[in-house]
Amino acid sequence: MSTPIAMPATKKPAAPVQKEDAMLLQKEMINRNYHDLAVAHDSGRKISATFVPGNLNELLMCFDFARSLPETNALQNALRKRTGKMILDAERDGHSEDVCTYVKADLGMMLGGNLGPTGEPLPKPDVLLLSYTGCFTFMKWFELIRQKYGGEAIMLHVPYQGDGRIAPNMRDYVVKQIKDNVIPTLERISGVKFDIDRLREYMRESQKAEENLVRVLQSAKHRPSPIDGYFGAVYYIGPMFTAFRGTPEATRYYDVLWSEVEARMREGKGPITPEGEITEEKFRLVVEGPPNWTNFRDFWKMFSDEGAVVVASTYSKVGGIYDFGFRHDPDRPLESLAEYCLGCYTNLNFPQRIDMICRYLEDYQADGLLINSIKSCNSFSAGQLLIMREVEKRTGKPAAFIESDLVDPRYFSAANIRNRLESYFQMIKQKRSTQAAALH
Amino acid sequence: MTTDAVAKIIERCQALYEDLNFEAVKRWKAAAPGRKAIGYMPLYVPREIIHAAGMLPVGILGGGDQLEVIQGDAYYQSYICRIPRSTIELGLTGKLDCLDGMLFPSICDVIRNLSGMWQIMFQGKYVRYFDVPQNFDDAIGGEYYVHELQVLREDLAKLAGADIGDAALRTSIALYNENRRTVRDLYAYRAREPWQAPTSEVYLVLRAGMLLPVEEHTQLVRDYLAATAAKPRPKRDNARVALTGAFCEQPPLALIKSIEMAGCYIVDDDFMLVLRWLLDDVPESGDPLHNLAQSFLHRSVSTASKFEARREDKGKYLVQQVRDTAAEGVIFAAPSFCDPALLDRPMLLDVLAQHGIPCTAFKYAENTGQMAPIREQAGTFADSIKLWSTT
Repeated sequence: MSTPIAMPATKKPAAPVQKEDAMLLQKEMINRNYHDLAVAHDSGRKISATFVPGNLNELLMCFDFARSLPETNALQNALRKRTGKMILDAERDGHSEDVCTYVKADLGMMLGGNLGPTGEPLPKPDVLLLSYTGCFTFMKWFELIRQKYGGEAIMLHVPYQGDGRIAPNMRDYVVKQIKDNVIPTLERISGVKFDIDRLREYMRESQKAEENLVRVLQSAKHRPSPIDGYFGAVYYIGPMFTAFRGTPEATRYYDVLWSEVEARMREGKGPITPEGEITEEKFRLVVEGPPNWTNFRDFWKMFSDEGAVVVASTYSKVGGIYDFGFRHDPDRPLESLAEYCLGCYTNLNFPQRIDMICRYLEDYQADGLLINSIKSCNSFSAGQLLIMREVEKRTGKPAAFIESDLVDPRYFSAANIRNRLESYFQMIKQKRSTQAAALH
Repeated sequence: MTTDAVAKIIERCQALYEDLNFEAVKRWKAAAPGRKAIGYMPLYVPREIIHAAGMLPVGILGGGDQLEVIQGDAYYQSYICRIPRSTIELGLTGKLDCLDGMLFPSICDVIRNLSGMWQIMFQGKYVRYFDVPQNFDDAIGGEYYVHELQVLREDLAKLAGADIGDAALRTSIALYNENRRTVRDLYAYRAREPWQAPTSEVYLVLRAGMLLPVEEHTQLVRDYLAATAAKPRPKRDNARVALTGAFCEQPPLALIKSIEMAGCYIVDDDFMLVLRWLLDDVPESGDPLHNLAQSFLHRSVSTASKFEARREDKGKYLVQQVRDTAAEGVIFAAPSFCDPALLDRPMLLDVLAQHGIPCTAFKYAENTGQMAPIREQAGTFADSIKLWSTT
């Protein structure tokens, strides 16, 4: 079931956007969270900030924190076309043009009075929980915020899977940090005593939502896929990767979402895009790399216009990989949190990332791999050209490479991307005809 | 010592610096059967363990400005720094074939990802991502780190075909202590009399430490100190500066010379921090891995890739370096697209401003060719220090 809603007026009147009910529900949740953050201090609550990969949402809830996630603030601002100025403001304040634009958008937002994406104030966090998982920039990001605006930063160092596995000492190291550093500091700052049963309860809730998220993401194995596993998936992962995992409302969200997706699958329908349903699935793709947020709708349209559906993506695993079996485990709460942090996509080494992409190409019967290489994100981007070659070599499926940025509108060149995509779709068609000819 | 002694030492170091075929490593390996060499990238690896395994640790710092990067560019987008592409070029052109393994320390996402690329591209070679703790509690980060050291010890023992005993480790620690002491002497000497030890020379002497066995490098540094002390040189009215940000991808030698020619004495820097990472002697008795871990946790340099646990400590180390070496200003020289250096820079600038320490900043790449703008900027900075500085 879907409901058309009107977008706010821009320079050019846009067509009404198609949204699923779960998307409307999520919008309400996000707006409510921003409101909670705006009034947190007035209502005596403390505020935490933490990053998406390796976020310990269930744990933070044990201390009643209102929860802010700086990357999602930046992307929400980018979707509203606000980050261009924020980035320029940060660069004028001394930040290099070479570094991550999420960071600069966040610092620029603070320089501009710290109004959040919904226009309500985003008060200064009381604690910066630095889940140092899969991204070097995170460490500098919170050091920068702490330097300028104060607040306490707690380091949670998550070792990288350099050998392609989680060794027991890696897990022990993370558990010890949670137990001996993170929890006592959160207790001190919040004034709330830690209750492990409360944590277990949230984790039970997380499990339920995780089951449904996996069902939704794996529905793309169906032909036609009822979802878009990249552009659509960024909505689907929203509550799970941010301030809602472990809450009953997230469980409810994933129930609603799964029933919508299941119905679409049963009816043989394609994904809903902002322009409407994709009625003919012409190409099935796997995408590596985060999306561009400043021109998100235009970017998606370049795919949907061609009947291209993304059936799996790596970005939708950046805040946790659930489709290979991991679930938060209330019976081993701290160990499970550690394994969650260690297992996030950008914490995997290169051979693991390549294996995962090849597996997606196979399992989801995709036509090929597309890499959206993001200027801001060395964690994802450094070495992606090797990923492309290796995947092509191993699967024989065509791969293509486009470049953009997360939230800096200066790095989105629609014409270049469109040209590359058109060539890529031609390449896939050609490959199909060659294969068909070989069969006859 | 004669004036030729300095020239002779520098000539030798320059030859090592320019040798992109790693002939010195090949010669060392050929001198005895079964010898092995292990490459490592910036910032820090415990070279003592490699040495104790009977192997030669070899610092890999990219291709500099003499290497034409052709294949390496095909692996990286334009917005990635230069060191990984020139390192891949070195690998693909066979120049690193003399290495039996590579260590990629935890410094940034680019070098981290390069570790996985190396696993794929150079199969059959030993490759390890060497993670170091960002938690500095003995019972947490310390325990984790000792385990990491033990894994490295076991891996290298396997590669060497023989156990690495505690006694061998203690001997190696003693040798590296000696090397660190000698390098500290060199830095102290340069800070005292920078006209006697220009950084263009000091850099080459340090750089030799990336290739030579530790015993030989220690002697080389001593020889240089003795030779230069015996050769009085004119003292100029230069500004004394500390250079920071150049801890990974190295600036071309011409850039260091340009800064000096512009009227600056570089009295401190963060080149090749592996040589000075541990600030004092590692205890030579007791559990060697525990000792290495303790030194790492509690007595090591502060730099961009290391978390600063307390806000008030940010930049403190740099300010102390400035004070200790009587530097009059700081030059931030960071490689283009270097996340650690460039993200750290605004914080350090802020701290320096609070302490009234003048600074200037520019970016470079290892193959930067145009020195005129850098010379002008450094010259203006030196003039401004001389004319306006109140210190």
